Amino acid sequence: MSQDNLPGVAKSVAPQTFLGAGDSLAMDAWHRLRQNKAAMGSLIILVVLAIVCLIGPLLLPWGLADVDWENFMSPPSFESTHYLGTDANGRDLLVRTLYGGQISLSVALVATAVSLVIGVLYGAIAGYFGGRIDSLMMRFVDIMFSLPFMFMVILLMVVFGRNILLIYAAIGAVEWLDMARIVRGQVLALKRREFVEAAQALGVKDSKIVTRHLIPNAIGPVIVYVTLTVPKVILLESFLSFLGLGVQEPLTSWGVLISEGREMMESAPWLLITPSVFLAVTLFCLNFLGDGLRDALDPKTR
Amino acid sequence: MLTYILKRFGQAIPTLLIVITVSFFLMRLAPGGPFDGERQLPPEIEANLMAAYHLDEPLWSQYLRYMGGLLQGDFGPSFKYKDFSVTDLIMQGFPVSLELGAWAIVLALAIGLPLGIIAALKRNSTVDYVVMGIALGGIAVPNFVIAPIMALVFGVMLAWLPAGGWNGGAWANMVLPVIALSIQQIAAIARLTRASMIEVLGSQYIRTARAKGLSEWEVILHHALRPSLLPVISYLGPAIAGIITGSIVIEQIFGLPGIGRYFVQGALNRDYTLVMGVVVFYGVLIVLLNLIVDLLYSVLDPQIRYDD
Repeated sequence: MSQDNLPGVAKSVAPQTFLGAGDSLAMDAWHRLRQNKAAMGSLIILVVLAIVCLIGPLLLPWGLADVDWENFMSPPSFESTHYLGTDANGRDLLVRTLYGGQISLSVALVATAVSLVIGVLYGAIAGYFGGRIDSLMMRFVDIMFSLPFMFMVILLMVVFGRNILLIYAAIGAVEWLDMARIVRGQVLALKRREFVEAAQALGVKDSKIVTRHLIPNAIGPVIVYVTLTVPKVILLESFLSFLGLGVQEPLTSWGVLISEGREMMESAPWLLITPSVFLAVTLFCLNFLGDGLRDALDPKTR
Repeated sequence: MLTYILKRFGQAIPTLLIVITVSFFLMRLAPGGPFDGERQLPPEIEANLMAAYHLDEPLWSQYLRYMGGLLQGDFGPSFKYKDFSVTDLIMQGFPVSLELGAWAIVLALAIGLPLGIIAALKRNSTVDYVVMGIALGGIAVPNFVIAPIMALVFGVMLAWLPAGGWNGGAWANMVLPVIALSIQQIAAIARLTRASMIEVLGSQYIRTARAKGLSEWEVILHHALRPSLLPVISYLGPAIAGIITGSIVIEQIFGLPGIGRYFVQGALNRDYTLVMGVVVFYGVLIVLLNLIVDLLYSVLDPQIRYDD
């Protein structure tokens, strides 16, 4: 198939919406998003936070596991170059918090990508083939939905040990269900449209129709859902780490730091407050951004 | 209606079977036996232990034995708490978790609903923005961040309330955990109520009710309230699941002797039977509560007919 009959991702994303001439949905959504101050502020904060988490540890004089024998549980101070203080083992809190941020970011990216791939393919296949395949596949999703997933994830972590790759996979495997439902709904609506019929008439293979024609057209709601999945994933990882079932030493994560800080909160409250603030700000911004994107991409609010 | 109830029951059973079966086989997949790690046991003693816990039997017979035990409410022996069965431990912890969870649900509804309704009625006013700002905070900030900070502020710094402990279920000991457990659900319910109330208030029959001269109060109480509560009712299932999950952390943070604490202890000690018992117990509870919520919804929503 030549490229020119492909509905390009960036060009015509949501076919149900009626757009002004020459105004692609992506551009239109971007304009709308830019007017949303909370969402734009959040986007900027998130980008800055990500850069600081990635580059910050390189610029600071302390490493992740470096012990400063002269400063145990010392409060934030500029003189000792522990700008946010040290923990009970004399390790620099700022460096550890930034490394924790790297873990959270990587979990967010990988686990969301896992859920995205599974959910989109599953939903698209169910929606495209319809009939018995669809009802069977969605019945499975319904059953999965009613499982107490948090407990299953914890069981997984207990049984297979606390491996970061497993955290990625387990969280991703939990979060794909909503995505599958959303994509299926989109595809059901899309598959009766002329361009799909035309592709079928031209003899395009089913697999190609799903991946080249249906999925790119269902991308709008998927983007919105992805931004809402990211905070959920970060939350899940911190939850597991908080319980001591997630990331293990020498690595650290915000959940681990909050849990450590809680034990010391009476004598060293900064150990609790710093990672809590980082986590809360990140989750806040992601939620604002997700809401903003939904408003920008949702045809109903037009 | 009866056929619908039976049908939903029929759907719940395979779900329960999946929960139990997956947990069972996951646990048996675990590398290493339950008696590794302590001292190296002489082979005869280990063989005796394996026989005592029926671990020497083939897998399918262990599975059937476990299922048979479950039907009689027997979750098997705990591998770490040698003198207790898992059923004993769950039954010890459950009253605490139940009391905590029940209060949390009540509080979530008692605060979340009015907040959402007020925000919807005063849409785009300062009140609305404040309520929705707080609600977003409640959703964005996880309870394992809020709970320790609450314990720090109200328990340690101000010393108004105990920062932890159960104390036989004393009123003062419950305040902080219950609030911490319900904040996320208060926020979610407030947002949901606001959204559905706004949608209902914009509908035709509300305009009709206003047009025939009913007072604003009558419009809200008699016409708008009931339909706008329906999404909240269907949210109760996830809310309960969220509170049960949250109770694991909250019990840990405040040092309460509920199921959640045994669960975390069991998970960290690799007490497989205990972990699995809790997963199965809460799994069954969540599936059954979801069923009840669904049935409740079908009773309350006149638009849904389940005759076919």
